[in-house]
This record gives sequence, structure tokens and C-alpha cells, in this order.
Amino acid sequence: MDLYEYQAKDLFAAHGVPVLPGEVAENPADAKAIAAKYGQAVVVKAQVKTGGRGKAGGVKLASTAEETEEKAKGILGLDIKGHIVHRVLVTPASDIAEEYYFSFLLDRANRTFLAMASVEGGMDIEEVAATKPEALAKIHIDAIKGVDAAKATEIADAANFPAEVKDQVVDVIVKLWETFVAEDATLVEVNPLVRDPEGKIVALDGKVTLDENADFRHPAHAELVDKQAEDPLEAKAKEKGLNYVKLDGQVGIIGNGAGLVMSTLDVVAYAGEKHKGVKPANFLDIGGGASAEVMANGLDIILHDPDVRSVFVNVFGGITACDAVANGIVQALGIIGDEATKPLVVRLDGNNVEEGRRILAEANHPLVTVVDTMDNAADKAAELAAAGV
Amino acid sequence: MAIFINENSKVIVQGMTGAEGTKHTKRMLASGTNIVGGVNPRKAGTKVDFDGHVLPVFGSVKEAIEATGADVTVIFVPPAFAKAAVVEAIDAEIGLAVVITEGIPVHDTAYFWAHAVATGNKTRVIGPNCPGIISPGKSNAGIIPADISGAGKIGLVSKSGTLTYQMMYELRDFGFSTAIGIGGDPIIGTTHIDALQAFQDDPETEAIVMIGEIGGDAEERAAAYIEKNITKPVVGYVAGFTAPEGKTMGHAGAIVSGSAGTAQAKKEALEAAGVKVGKTPSETAALMREIMQSR
Repeated sequence: MDLYEYQAKDLFAAHGVPVLPGEVAENPADAKAIAAKYGQAVVVKAQVKTGGRGKAGGVKLASTAEETEEKAKGILGLDIKGHIVHRVLVTPASDIAEEYYFSFLLDRANRTFLAMASVEGGMDIEEVAATKPEALAKIHIDAIKGVDAAKATEIADAANFPAEVKDQVVDVIVKLWETFVAEDATLVEVNPLVRDPEGKIVALDGKVTLDENADFRHPAHAELVDKQAEDPLEAKAKEKGLNYVKLDGQVGIIGNGAGLVMSTLDVVAYAGEKHKGVKPANFLDIGGGASAEVMANGLDIILHDPDVRSVFVNVFGGITACDAVANGIVQALGIIGDEATKPLVVRLDGNNVEEGRRILAEANHPLVTVVDTMDNAADKAAELAAAGV
Repeated sequence: MAIFINENSKVIVQGMTGAEGTKHTKRMLASGTNIVGGVNPRKAGTKVDFDGHVLPVFGSVKEAIEATGADVTVIFVPPAFAKAAVVEAIDAEIGLAVVITEGIPVHDTAYFWAHAVATGNKTRVIGPNCPGIISPGKSNAGIIPADISGAGKIGLVSKSGTLTYQMMYELRDFGFSTAIGIGGDPIIGTTHIDALQAFQDDPETEAIVMIGEIGGDAEERAAAYIEKNITKPVVGYVAGFTAPEGKTMGHAGAIVSGSAGTAQAKKEALEAAGVKVGKTPSETAALMREIMQSR
């Protein structure tokens, strides 16, 4: 889960990383009130989970409370790369002497963590990495030993942090590592990390990604979920424990296993090329134990997606037997009843497939077509979706 | 031969008495795996009857090895306790630890992997979040259904469980030396490259199917490795061409961030290394079919 800047900075502050004060406003009047309280020039920053908001006009300086209200009005509601701004962070404006870059992240290739640091912060770090790779220090972190003052010093030296701020930077690096570990983050990024004119080091921005697998030991992380920004179907699926991602096509997809479902999306997209360009409408993995209830929940989500024109159920019975899946489909259609109006194409293979196909044939549901291979089933589902467009 | 497990493998199950552990211990036994016991400190000294196979429960992996000579452990322990279970297996210096558990925090996986490295990689780790490994007719350590395909000369390595099953099904008339699901998490023990090299060295394997998916650059690195080190024919498949940027697709690892890690980039890297890549599982199987029929 990606966090908003203000959430990231709250976590930083909790772990002793120096940040500027700031408050979040959801409307211009609140933004004005916050600025009035600070009684000085402020920066109004769009809270979106994407980069490049400065260039998109999502960060503005305001010298008075009235101006803050005006700037907030302009920023709230902005569409930044498909993300609508619902909140702004109002924070006292500060002078900047130097901008640096720092992050901890996962290094898959080396199966450990990586620290990246540069004294050339502020701009797009991918650009620094591409044009001046020598200016970006990359240091591997031993997942057992972690980052102590000595390791942090090694990182600060590798990135050539100036001597006068090195002690502070080392301290910040250790605290960012504490944040990274204690919060089970997969990314902690500060860009820019700044030195102010008084020589103080401050995290001016923050990006944090949390590992949802670790939610069991972080009950407080549940409060960081932005329910307002979630797609309503995705939120509903999450409540039911389903792994669902809404996409922008017309063919609803249900399958078992993340890899097979991803593959199903691809096969449907290829088939769609011959049928008016229809595309997959979602990713939905019902997992190994595809009970009738799970199937009903899955179908319920997909059949309530107004964009869906047809549904493709693609199951390879490994652990789950196909007869259980077939029973699940029949029962699910019974539960959903008259609300089920879209054609279903079902492909079953694997464990107990003959019995599964027999159950579907016997049920003879008017909406269900059983097709024997994944490719043919994808083609049929695309054809039916195209007919309904 | 086969890779990593064979008819001589002696297998223990960590978490054997839990629901998943019990279910899959039964299935592994039914497919002929030589399971010699389980581990659960709270039930040490008891015995469990699996349809006539009575298996002892040990208090630790070390005790289980001492009593049975076990060289493989299959781990079904829940995510919160998985790190400790894998570290215990590594400390006991068991040869192979197959970590089936899904949903292990990546900091925990990074920790046990670092521990495996720090102790000299005496334990090969497969997974986590994987279906395990099967050498059909010889041994089955994990949850891959044993009845999809019999033994043969194709080696299969895959990030995805159900795509492993699908591909085994498509090529069941040829059969497999070993099929291994390495898991889709961002950090995994055994990689595509490790499995490719093992298949290269295995006289029973004639050709290799490699299944990847979006996220990371493991497939690109495997492609570079194949070009230099693998002389057996390799056929590839990559899932996730239509996955949108920045969305996690079930596997924690299956996320596309920017241009790196896309299915297209992986396909191109593999093809540049001389690997034939299918657009769909069935096309991939057809490519392998051609290779096997021409031999």
C-alpha cells in the first residue's frame, strides 16, 4: 500500500525523522484556516499517490491565508495522471540551501535491501540515475545486520554528503531505517531531503510503501487506507477477501491462481483483437479453495460491474476439484438469481473435470456456455462481449 | 536423476498437524513421497495417522533429521511463524527447504534468505509463496497435483502455481523430469537461473520450459544467463502483457512500475537470447511439442 505524503511524514515524525509541521485540508476554507494559524507563507501541496505533481501544478506557494485559500481551490480537484486531488497538505514555507535524495527499497535481484543516496536531490531521481549514475550511491544492506551509525556513515560517505551536515544525515539515515523496518515498508523515499539555511536537515517530502503481508503485526496500518479513493468494487471485493483489480475492459474474468488469471487477461485481450477490441474488465483470483461461496462472491462483484458484457470463468482444478467449482457456479447463479443477466463462458480443466462438466451440462443454465480450451473460451467470451457492446 | 528431489528424498513437513499441512501431507503420501515425519514443538512425541501411514511428530527439525535422516522439509507454517520455521530448518542444515506459505512479510523473507547466505547456503530454499516441486513418480514436495502429468524429459520452472499446472497439463503426453514452482514474491530463494542450471546439468532433462510474469527483472537476468550457459532448448512464457502499471496482480511480485519489469521487455530479452516465447500457454506448449517431436 502506497501512503500519501502526509501519512509518510507522520510515520517519519513518529520515528524521530525531522519533518516540517503541516496539516491536511479537504477544502479551501480549511486550508485558509491552517495558513492563518501558521501566520506566515505556506506551501500548498496536492496529496496524490503519484510523482510529478509539481510539474502538474499541484504544489503552490502562498504568502497569505487568502492566497492559500485561492491556491487550494485551484489544486483540489486537479487530475494528476489520473489521480484526483481530494486533499492538500498546508505546511510552512521554508528556505532551502541544498537538496539531497535518500531512499531504502527492496533489491529483488540481490534478494536484500538497498540504500540509494545522492547530494543531487530535488529533481527526478530516475533522471539522475540515467544521466549521472556516479552521483547516485547504491549500497546493499544486510537484512540481518541492518543499518547502524557505522553503516549509515558508509552510505553518507559514498554519496559525498558535505562534512558539515554528515552527522545529522547519518542520524536521519538510521531513523529512516528504523521506520523502514518497524513499519514493514518496502520503500521509504525522501526527495528532497534538504539542508535549510540554518544548516538543519529536514525531510521535505516523503514516500512510503507498506507491505500488506505484514498487516497482521500492524493493526494501526488499517487506518491509513484511503477508503474514499478506493474503487467501490475493489473495496467490496477486499471486504470479502477477494483479490480483485478493476480494469477498463468489457470481459469479466474469474480464475484461480494469480499467474493463470494474468495469463487469462492476456489471452482475452488477444481474442478481443478479433472482436471489436474488447478487453478484460478485471483481475479476479479466487485462489485455491474455490468454494461455492467464494465463487458466488466473485460472480457477484463482476456481474455488478456496469462495464462487464460477458464473463469468462477460467479454472484449472489443481487442489480444487472441478466438480466443486461447477457446483459453486451453479449455486452462485442460484444465489444471484435474476440479477445475473450476462453470459458466462466456463472453461474447466484438471482435477475431476469430467464430473465438473457433467454438473454444468445437467444444470443447463441459459447463461452458461462450457468451452473446452482456454483459447477457445477466451474467444467465445470476447465474441459475446463484442455482441453486447 | 531429476533436480533437487528424487526417489531417495526423505521428506519432513513443518506444520504437518495444521489444516493445510494435514491435507497436503496426505496428498504427498498418496503420490508416493517418502514422508518420514513432521515437526511441531507442541505435539512432539505424538504420532499422526494419515490413512494408514503413521508418522511421528518431532519437536524440532534437528531432532527429525537425527531420527530419520530427512533431507527435505516442506513448510506450511502460517506467515507469522514462517520466518522462525525457515531459520530453524537452515540452522539444522537440512538440504532443501520448500516454503509453501503464502503472505510472508518481505522483511521476514529477506531475513531468512540472508541467514541462508550467512550460513553458507547449506540449505537450498524454494519459495516462499510457491507450489513446491515435483519429480513425477519419484517425489512430490509441496502442493503440485501429482496426477496432472507423469515422468518425462521436460524440465519446468515457473513463478506461478496454476500456470505450472496448466503447462504440465498441456504437455502431459511428454511428461516431466522435474517441475518446480519458485514463487512470485519479490524475494525468493531458488531462482529461474538456479533451476535452469540444474536442468542443464540433469541428464534426464532434454528441454526446459520457463514461465515468468511481470515484475522485477528475474526473466531478463535468466535470459542473459541462458545465452551464456544453457545449451538445452528453452521455451518461455510470460504472463501479464495486459497488466496495468502500478497495480499489484495477486502475487506481491507481480507489479509493473514504469517500463522495467513489463511482460514485453521480458519477452524481448528472452527472444534475444534465442528462447522461443509463446504468446499464450497453448502456443508455448506447441513450441515445446515441436522441439520434443524433432528429437
